Amino acid sequence: MDVQNLTFIIVGATFALYIGIAIWARAGSTKEFYVAGGGVSPLANGMATAADWMSAASFISMAGLISFMGYDGSIYLMGWTGGYVLLALLLAPYLRKFGKFTVPDFVGDRFYSNSARTVAVFCAIFISFTYVAGQMRGVGVVFSRFLEVDVTWGIVIGMGIVFFYAVLGGMKGITYTQVAQYCVLIFAFMVPAIFISIMMTGNPIPQLGFGDKTSDGVYLLDKLDGLHRELGFAAYTDGSKSMVDLFFITAALMVGTAGLPHVIVRFFTVPKVKDARISAGYALLFIAILYTTAPAIGAFARTNLIETVSGKEYAKMPEWFKKWESTGLISFEDKDQDGLIRYVADKQANELVIDKDIMVLANPEIARLPNWVIALVAAGGLAAALSTAAGLLLVISTSVSHDLIKKQFRPDISAKGELLAARLAAAVAVIIAGILGIYPPGFVAEVVSFAFGLAAASFFPAIILGIFHKRMNKEGAIAGMVTGIAFTSAYIIYFKFISPKMDKADHWWLGISPAGIGTLGMILNFAVSLLVSRFTPPPPPEVQEMVEEIRIPRGAGEAVQH
Amino acid sequence: MDTRGKAHQYWKKNLKLLAILLVIWFVVSFGCGILLVDQLNEIRLGGFKLGFWFAQQGSIYSFIVLIFVYFWQMNKLDGKFEVDEE
Repeated sequence: MDVQNLTFIIVGATFALYIGIAIWARAGSTKEFYVAGGGVSPLANGMATAADWMSAASFISMAGLISFMGYDGSIYLMGWTGGYVLLALLLAPYLRKFGKFTVPDFVGDRFYSNSARTVAVFCAIFISFTYVAGQMRGVGVVFSRFLEVDVTWGIVIGMGIVFFYAVLGGMKGITYTQVAQYCVLIFAFMVPAIFISIMMTGNPIPQLGFGDKTSDGVYLLDKLDGLHRELGFAAYTDGSKSMVDLFFITAALMVGTAGLPHVIVRFFTVPKVKDARISAGYALLFIAILYTTAPAIGAFARTNLIETVSGKEYAKMPEWFKKWESTGLISFEDKDQDGLIRYVADKQANELVIDKDIMVLANPEIARLPNWVIALVAAGGLAAALSTAAGLLLVISTSVSHDLIKKQFRPDISAKGELLAARLAAAVAVIIAGILGIYPPGFVAEVVSFAFGLAAASFFPAIILGIFHKRMNKEGAIAGMVTGIAFTSAYIIYFKFISPKMDKADHWWLGISPAGIGTLGMILNFAVSLLVSRFTPPPPPEVQEMVEEIRIPRGAGEAVQH
Repeated sequence: MDTRGKAHQYWKKNLKLLAILLVIWFVVSFGCGILLVDQLNEIRLGGFKLGFWFAQQGSIYSFIVLIFVYFWQMNKLDGKFEVDEE
């Protein structure tokens, strides 16, 4: 059977599965809609969190990014996993004990202030929309390349599926669908990786394979470093970013991960504090399977690519090369008219431009794997994009129905009315996300660093201080959040939108790129909060009592009841 | 010991455990993967340079171990101070 029919069958089967689960797990109450009734087992929650977290970017782009960045790609590997340690140790158990539905809930209650709640809602919605636009785009791209469906139609189909299970099932439907999506995406990621690892090193475990020897008896990474030097690139295992910048970007991604509302909210769904601790562990374990494989794929793909194209005749390129050329993701310009492909670091002489996104998608084709593996990769990419989109849409809908309508505008709304509002908000959010996917604002890639920077500079310090510093009051927390957000936004907006030409290492403050500035924003937030709280009155006794209360696990079951 | 004092003790022990685990967290990622990467790269682990291995593999494995150690230690602590959930 040809690739396209196989892809239709495999993608169709997975979609049918997601819809089936959604019907089985539809939500009957606001509590089921917001936090799946607080009754998800930690193992299932870990899997759902992993699927929620691993987006189209993790599945499709990350290995490709690493393959072009080499050692510098470590910022994503450490940055997007290290945050889970912070989550598990510093946030998840306490927020679970707090026992409400959303992150703005915590900020609003702990700092006894609706202004603080509003700042938090604004950040949560902004961060989530930023993210979800990228997911919808990912859905469209997979559809258009593998099924030759128009991008717009691809997004409409994706919207339809997400609409169905997010609006119907809320957190409960999303959680159980994500468990299925995790299985699909990890299988789809591992199968080609294992094939390629065996092909290149004879070792079936990719994590070990990329430290192994290739058939000519040289270590793969040494060979790759050698190839890089020959072509004028920095050695693969050395990279070229400055140490300061690596440090700050990694920290911003870690802290940003721990501050992302759609990740934090997952820990409200388990029954006990103990479960919140362990489900962060499970989540990271499931995530790590993909995150430790990605650098192996990166190294394999890079070696494979250079060996296939560098210095070879253009006319003799395999079929996949032509195919991806027609999509514009590979472009070749024969500058010296010799018919050979010159792929070198020097931009003047280089003749080949390759988009990083194709590394994972084209990898099975480059390695000449069977057609069903290629179809599987398409289904995996869709699972990754849809699961993340659904989690984000839920944050948007709860922010609107719970944090804005219920907590601020219409406190007397009935439970039924609130559930309806949540469903409507989810529906509207799906449509906006779809439109953003069809007409992507040119700055999607830029705003992702924005999302992490904001999460790092706003939520993280506010929550940490709320738990670990009893004396922290609303004046301190609000001043800190506003400072963190203002500083981080100003820096990113300046370099990304006002004068993008200045976005070079010589102009950066202390050598920190906009992607890493969230770390500094976070430090400022902490400093300002602590300073302001010293000169303003302490929080009321009942809030201090609440802080004492969330520090102790006992009684978490009761907390959900009110 | 009264309940307040006990809660205080429990919290202090918790903070101590957190401090130890977070120091390890920092050392395996920012330490071995970024700050000391050049020095560690002199040492080899099979086909890997050690600093590179920490940055792309070792740090992630350590993170998982840290969370599970935290889980076990906290369960023990909860039991000892009788603040665990029934």
